[in-house]
Amino acid sequence: MSRVSTATVENLTGVDAPDRFWNRERRLGAGVTVIGLIAAVIFGPLAESKTARFTLSTDATGAALSINGQFGTILFGVIALVLGAVMLTGRAKRWQTLLLCLGIAAFVLSFLCWQVAGKFMPLVDTLSGSVEYALPLILGALAGVLGERSGVVNVAIEGQFLMGAFGAALVGTLATSVWAGLISAMIGGLIIAAMLAVLAIKFLVDQVVVGTVLNLFALGVTGFLYERLMQPNALKYNQPPQMPRWEIPGLADIPVIGPVLFHTQVLTWIALILVVVIHFALKNTRWGLRTRAVGEHPTAADTVGVRVRGLRYVNVMVGGLIAGAGGAYFTLVSTGAFNKNMTAGAGFIALAALIFGRWTPFGALGAALFFGFAQKLAYFLSVAGSPVPNQFLNMLPYIATIVAVAGLVGRVRAPAADGQPYVKS
Amino acid sequence: MRGITKRFGDLVANDHIDITVEPGEVHALLGENGAGKSTLMNQLYGLLQPDEGEIVVNGEAKVFRSPRDAIAAGIGMVHQHFMLVPVFTVAENIALGAEDVRGGPLGILDRRRNRRDVLETSKKYGLPVDPDALVEDLPVGAQQRVEIVKALTRDVDLLILDEPTAVLTPQETDELLAVMRSLAEGGKSIVFITHKLREVKAVADRITVIRRGRTVGTASPDTSEDELAALMVGRSVSLEVSKTQAEPGRDVLSISGLVVDDDRGVRAVDGVDLTVRAGEVLGIAGVQGNGQTELVEAIMGLRALRTGSMALDGESLAGMSTKKILRSGVGYVPEDRSLDGVVKEFSVAENLVLDMYDRPPFGNALRLNTKAINEAAAERVTQFDIRASSATATVGTLSGGNQQKVVVAREMSRPLRLLIASQPTRGVDVGSIEFIHSQIIHERDNGTAVLVVSSELDEVVGLADRIAVMYRGRILAIVSPDMPREEIGLLMAGITGAEAEPEEEEAE
Amino acid sequence: MTTDVEAPPPAKESPEKKEDGFLTLFLKNLWSANTVTVTILSIFLALVVGAVLIVISDSEVLSKFSYFTSRPSDALQSSWDLISGAYADLFKGAIFDPASFQAWFNGTGTWQAAFGPVSETLTYAAPLVFTGLAVAIAFRGGLFNIGGQGQAVMGCVFAGVAGFAFHLPPGLHLIVALLFGLIGGALWGFLPGFLKARTGAHEVITSIMLNYTATLFLGWLILQKGVQDPERSDAISKTIAHSAELPAMPDPLRVHLGIVIAVGATAGVAWLINRSSFGFELRAVGVNPPAAKTAGMSVAKTYTMLMVVAGGLAGLGGATQVLGTADKLTAQVAGNIGFDGLLVALLGRNKPWGTLFAAILYGALRAGGNLMQVDVGISLELVTVLQALIVIFIAAPALVKAIFQLRAARSARLGASMAKGW
Repeated sequence: MSRVSTATVENLTGVDAPDRFWNRERRLGAGVTVIGLIAAVIFGPLAESKTARFTLSTDATGAALSINGQFGTILFGVIALVLGAVMLTGRAKRWQTLLLCLGIAAFVLSFLCWQVAGKFMPLVDTLSGSVEYALPLILGALAGVLGERSGVVNVAIEGQFLMGAFGAALVGTLATSVWAGLISAMIGGLIIAAMLAVLAIKFLVDQVVVGTVLNLFALGVTGFLYERLMQPNALKYNQPPQMPRWEIPGLADIPVIGPVLFHTQVLTWIALILVVVIHFALKNTRWGLRTRAVGEHPTAADTVGVRVRGLRYVNVMVGGLIAGAGGAYFTLVSTGAFNKNMTAGAGFIALAALIFGRWTPFGALGAALFFGFAQKLAYFLSVAGSPVPNQFLNMLPYIATIVAVAGLVGRVRAPAADGQPYVKS
Repeated sequence: MRGITKRFGDLVANDHIDITVEPGEVHALLGENGAGKSTLMNQLYGLLQPDEGEIVVNGEAKVFRSPRDAIAAGIGMVHQHFMLVPVFTVAENIALGAEDVRGGPLGILDRRRNRRDVLETSKKYGLPVDPDALVEDLPVGAQQRVEIVKALTRDVDLLILDEPTAVLTPQETDELLAVMRSLAEGGKSIVFITHKLREVKAVADRITVIRRGRTVGTASPDTSEDELAALMVGRSVSLEVSKTQAEPGRDVLSISGLVVDDDRGVRAVDGVDLTVRAGEVLGIAGVQGNGQTELVEAIMGLRALRTGSMALDGESLAGMSTKKILRSGVGYVPEDRSLDGVVKEFSVAENLVLDMYDRPPFGNALRLNTKAINEAAAERVTQFDIRASSATATVGTLSGGNQQKVVVAREMSRPLRLLIASQPTRGVDVGSIEFIHSQIIHERDNGTAVLVVSSELDEVVGLADRIAVMYRGRILAIVSPDMPREEIGLLMAGITGAEAEPEEEEAE
Repeated sequence: MTTDVEAPPPAKESPEKKEDGFLTLFLKNLWSANTVTVTILSIFLALVVGAVLIVISDSEVLSKFSYFTSRPSDALQSSWDLISGAYADLFKGAIFDPASFQAWFNGTGTWQAAFGPVSETLTYAAPLVFTGLAVAIAFRGGLFNIGGQGQAVMGCVFAGVAGFAFHLPPGLHLIVALLFGLIGGALWGFLPGFLKARTGAHEVITSIMLNYTATLFLGWLILQKGVQDPERSDAISKTIAHSAELPAMPDPLRVHLGIVIAVGATAGVAWLINRSSFGFELRAVGVNPPAAKTAGMSVAKTYTMLMVVAGGLAGLGGATQVLGTADKLTAQVAGNIGFDGLLVALLGRNKPWGTLFAAILYGALRAGGNLMQVDVGISLELVTVLQALIVIFIAAPALVKAIFQLRAARSARLGASMAKGW
């Protein structure tokens, strides 16, 4: 709760007060410079002077972008260094976000050149893998966007994933239908969301606390039923059909992007469409305006006749449906059977994506793709026998989020009333 | 409204109140803080539901379960704390809840029509607002216009204004009163909640006075101020603070060239020079939000300063921690009592040592001395007339006045060189106001330098020996309390005699 | 913003005005929604839901429900057998088994067997006391320390490494290893505390992220040379030296010194919160940071110190786990003690002694759950469900009151008083 200050906006007198030298731009610039330096000076000498091939297919064949590994490592490191230096001058304030993104991208490229030197990396495989890993994260983060923009913190995404995954496996197997599985996954997510909504909105329990407890509850219930039902009789209960890959003729033939985006599971399309729809609706519809008002200043919304609690219920529940669908990914797309605690923290990465993406659908999409890429890269490198331990790459989403919320990369601002139960005075 | 009764636990906030508002009249609801005015109106607006009694609109008994019902019945309200979403534009705020949409069930916002509606209403009633400005960037006066336009776009017959003048300069207040008059002449009814007698007399057609949740009388605007005050408080009160001539001594606090930013990084204090002398009260007058808060916070080490210097008896305060400043003999009564002044969940005794808990005799760096804390508390409770069931009662259970007395008792129970009191009597009953004022003067007479900040001009004039008028982060002038109110009022609006700066007109 | 909900208005006075006898008064008080009653009813409700889960997940019993209308007794009888068997095992495994006492008195069994269940309960409870306190004390200071898991993992890592890498005399080695555990946890607590203090980063987010970082770090560490057991190829570390182990009761009893240290820690935390200057600061900062700041306290310093203390406690929990029962570092060495500690603190209503009792209750559930799994084959996961459900009911006393139509009374409302945004 910050006091609204209405002090003057314009500066009437000429009293001079120097700006702080280490403003945000310079701090970011320093960061980018440092990673550029690391890339050029540490990665560079470590990299082999062999060709790094980035093939435009799923294997070693076909056309490829090639570069000498050591040269590429140093080149991109230097690029990052230069970008950081530009930011350090403090003259490129308008472009700082772009420069920051470019700087990080250059660092990633430098790292890739080092790792791939003397080997190849199939770009299509990497990209479609990234999208696949990102899929549940996108859906989970969207669930979070819906809840949190209306003021309900959703820490229970993990629990919704688990219930969704379990529901999809159980009903999908019994009904031998992917779609029945998907629908029951959504219902699974809805159950947890409904518990969250009732406890948080009606009974005013701290939302973070209740979300955490619900995660443990979902973990327990699915684990218990798994051990009682599925483990003894996997054929009957735990062999769900797999979601088919569909192809859009024509579009699927576009190089690289085609196979990644247009020859894939329906769930990917659903996720991407939802990103666009929610973005548009939040911005341009009555529901969106009211949702944002309820998340920012519920009392104001109430005094003009908006049903604060009702809207929060709706948003949390719809979020539950979406997160449940995200849970279906684990059993219907990824592994093919339910397993105890199979989501292994994906719900929290989705939460991280939500925050990293600053509570916006497209931001969440971007963050989810970035985290998905990190996971795919970790997998690729461990298979390729890289000296970099995959555990450290898997830490990337978590550390990136810590850096983000600590305000080192742009100010992250949650909806003002996020997490506050609404009680009439 | 007939026989309205509302209870909060044991407290009866409204006790069988009857009130009738005729079409086209300005009906003033007068009462001191905590008398139950806002509670009553929140029931009329559907935010609260009465325990007993009924609301009759145009001869029809109605039950308002939520503001939705009240709006439908043609009732609008401008709240004391503005109900605007800071990150929305003016147009979005006005649209919220009554959006113009197209696309049927999709409910796509029709921003153009919405914007046009805002401009139309704004023009019709002569209330200029910029539909595309972000509310958080607007000054308070403009936010209030937005609130009024918001209510008017909903075609209200009855408009409730809850303490609308608290945040306005005297000139802005006059403009608002004129708007109220013209609305009433246009056939709308207005309920005007206030505790300021002058305004009531200027605008009201009829006055209902409420005291401790009961209607104690109705009056016409030609009743004298003294009579109204007596009705409001229940006894005759002297609004004057009795005090002798000050005998100022050495300079205790000297500030020069101080620049401070607010939370958003916007400059709030803009080159302030100020001296407070021992044995005098320096009052800072000004409409809220002109940098007073930031100035005081900077002195207390609660806010970083951009440039400038502050010294207490020659020792620089810049960069000192709040703890050290308090320890060097500065007493501080913060403006927002419930947020900064007391910890409501703590007992009276704990609150009385809130800034001394780790000093003997109350404790040391490691542990507390509960016995000493409780003994001191018992003493203060009698000395400062704090009405609490016991010293172990949590402060949240006390009335506003008694909470404030806890703060004052804490700050004045140690030797002081400088006392800073921000809005020392905001939201406090008249009895406590008198007590707190006399304590402040008593402290002055002991030779302490006192800095009082208040947005109530009456309070500043009553207490201060010199008045500094603050406007947009600057001290415009330092004047004597004998200066005519109107001139001080002009200064508060930023008008410094003949050389009024034109740019300030258009900024509003 | 704190939101304390006013208790709903008291129920209408009963029309007849009879003098209440002592017993009726006592019963009335008991039935009013006070803390103890809500707790007991919550446990009861959780057991009921658990029973439903047991029945619906048993295909044999379910098949009997298919002809429920014709012969309801079959279904009910078999359900009852299943549930009562399961819950009887829960009790026997946690507190005492009459049969083993009988055997002891008859001379056919040993006293160790008779006290086995209690020993197990206390063994499971010991680390939970620490992780519970780590959450509880942070709560009192207004921070939600969801990072107990990561702090416990780091405690395991530090204590474990100190346990097998150093060679010190017995006693000293144990103290050093425990201290290392404390430091490991404190370090992991310091990060979110410091970030919160310096940048305002929400401790929940940073500590969730640090949980997974710690787990991944542990997973990497136990595969490294010098840490991994040289005779094994899987992810397991060397064994901790005997000199660093917590002394335990004679075999087969497993209960060790950890529970004694835990009781000591509880007393220490209770003193810290209620009697110390730091406790005054943390309580003030916990309920009203601006007022604390205005009164000259350093909110930033308090947050950082608080998280260091909380992290240290959780680290000790991890150390107890490694030095008391686990002996080696594995990827799962910390189990779920951090998250369980969260439930424990919530059940204990963030009071130190309450947390101790809650930890013992959860230890008992865990110990009993083991017997239940072995004996009637009901998965240990049921215990997780029960634990979570108990806290859900506790967290919403209004829900329990609504179910049992309790009289309204002042009841501890947990969490809601610190509800806040990111």
